[in-house]
Amino acid sequence: MTEPLLAVSDLRTYFHDGGAVARAVDGVSFDIARGETVAVVGESGSGKSVTALSILRLIRTPGRIEPASSMMFEGRELLALSESEMREIRGNRIAMIFQEPMSALNPVLTVGEQIAEVVRVHTDASRHEAWERAIEMLALAGMSAPRERASEYPHQLSGGMRQRVMIAMALVLRPALLIADEPTTALDVTIQAQILELLQRLQQQFGMAVLLITHDLGVVAEVADRVVVMYGGEVVETGTAATVLRAPHHPYTEGLMSAMPRLDQRTERLVTIPGVVPPSTAWPSGCRFRDRCSYAWERCEVEHPPLYAVGENHESRCHIAVEPLRRAEPHIPLAARVGADQ
Amino acid sequence: MATGVIVVMVIIALLAPLIAPSDPIAQPDIIGLKNLAPSLGHPFGTDSYSRDILSRCIYGARISLTVAALATAIAVTFGTLYGAIAGFVGGAVDTVLMRFVDAALAIPRVLLLIAILALWNGLPLWLLIVVLGATGWFGLSRMVRAQVLSLRELDFVAAARAVGATGPRILLRHILPNVLPTVIVAATLGIGHVIILEAGLSYLGLGVQPPSASWGSIIQDGADQIGTAWWISLFPGLLIVTTAIACNSLGDALRAAFDPRESAVMMAELDA
Repeated sequence: MTEPLLAVSDLRTYFHDGGAVARAVDGVSFDIARGETVAVVGESGSGKSVTALSILRLIRTPGRIEPASSMMFEGRELLALSESEMREIRGNRIAMIFQEPMSALNPVLTVGEQIAEVVRVHTDASRHEAWERAIEMLALAGMSAPRERASEYPHQLSGGMRQRVMIAMALVLRPALLIADEPTTALDVTIQAQILELLQRLQQQFGMAVLLITHDLGVVAEVADRVVVMYGGEVVETGTAATVLRAPHHPYTEGLMSAMPRLDQRTERLVTIPGVVPPSTAWPSGCRFRDRCSYAWERCEVEHPPLYAVGENHESRCHIAVEPLRRAEPHIPLAARVGADQ
Repeated sequence: MATGVIVVMVIIALLAPLIAPSDPIAQPDIIGLKNLAPSLGHPFGTDSYSRDILSRCIYGARISLTVAALATAIAVTFGTLYGAIAGFVGGAVDTVLMRFVDAALAIPRVLLLIAILALWNGLPLWLLIVVLGATGWFGLSRMVRAQVLSLRELDFVAAARAVGATGPRILLRHILPNVLPTVIVAATLGIGHVIILEAGLSYLGLGVQPPSASWGSIIQDGADQIGTAWWISLFPGLLIVTTAIACNSLGDALRAAFDPRESAVMMAELDA
């Protein structure tokens, strides 16, 4: 197998606050191949956004990437780079787009200036050249009348156009990896599809890999090659998108799937996963999902499950992998029994 | 209206030699022409050295406005950078820088100025400007710091980091332009304030030194004859009041135009 573009292994990002340690990302490993789309899925608090920021090394104190972690990107260990070498990579080889395009754009600079700025930071292009590249990139990002739009300020644009600007800003230097943190969550449903389509088109055109962070399984089904499901700062299931979505193994993934409203099955109430993600300062012993799980038994309280191989390129962090009969005996999860006091 | 007043004052100051009816320091007839009441020949009257008050006021505008503008420019530049660095760097740097400002704000500005200026005998004008500037940035730096503290947490700063911009670049290119409205308002209000301060200092003999005249020092010239030759002090006094009010109302208008929500907080900070 060829070397992956990015190999994250045993990534641990902890936040130290006085005596308490929040283990937001706690031993995460995954690879991204060139040109591939990997979706990281999980609910709020699962550690997916911290993982994204960790890759760019944008974690700020009191947060810290713990020493044993490793992130190999294009053959280089990102954690061994100096801050200025890391700046060379940000925006140039690895770019990021944010969830909320209004707040991620500077309100007092024109959008053209903000895109040209990226070019000026990383190349010795003149002001004029940078501006021309910004306009060219805006056009590639599907902006109509890019030359006029470039001189406008973010507040003059609609949400969808702002997200196109964010994409233009991220891709103007043709990065090898794009990290997209919930790129469509803040947009209207009709615009979401356009933006996803645009991302896919540009991804093919530029041959870049995309790390898509989302909680929307519909988006995953549409664009992802592989899925990494995160829960409690850990990877709980990985596999190809087709496998994981069609035959989820981990009870958490199962829960996420059934929590998705479907058009073809009328239900009285939407299904939810009871309880909330436990605080990252005190992960439960054993399995971190056990209190919310319909299958949890004694073993789940004492033994922290490893990632079991449950199929070809399919791994799951659930003891059911070795005791499959447990799936036949669902019960009401602990979190649902103690009620809503969590 | 306010803008109009300020523009007129600036034009008068710039064109002083063309507008002034006579030489502001000429003493044509110390005995015959002294302390003349306002008349057609001397609309503002003359002082005890027979100098034409109107001409002195016109030339005085140059000094008063120059001092105010330059001192404010120094204060605003320094205060903005100081506050921005404190807010952006944070941590121990922020603590040290801001404790110094707290300490400086504990001393009334006029007292501080009198204490510093009394050290010199025959103060050069540039030094007066520097001292006025150096004592005028504390409140602004605090305000800028507060804004930078909240701005640096915004997504667009994270986005700027994510495209590889350096710390100084983020501060200068992304954060400071967002602070600009505050700074402009503070500068406008500051000019009015410095005009009054300079007048007060000159009145105390600590400001502009004779024979050059600022509005404040002309008031001082007439102070001991206010009962008999009221016109010497009255006209420069009116000019000071008019200009200061114009600056303040322009500042208020700009503040309202930039952001109506901020005004209450800014008022409190600027008064500090």
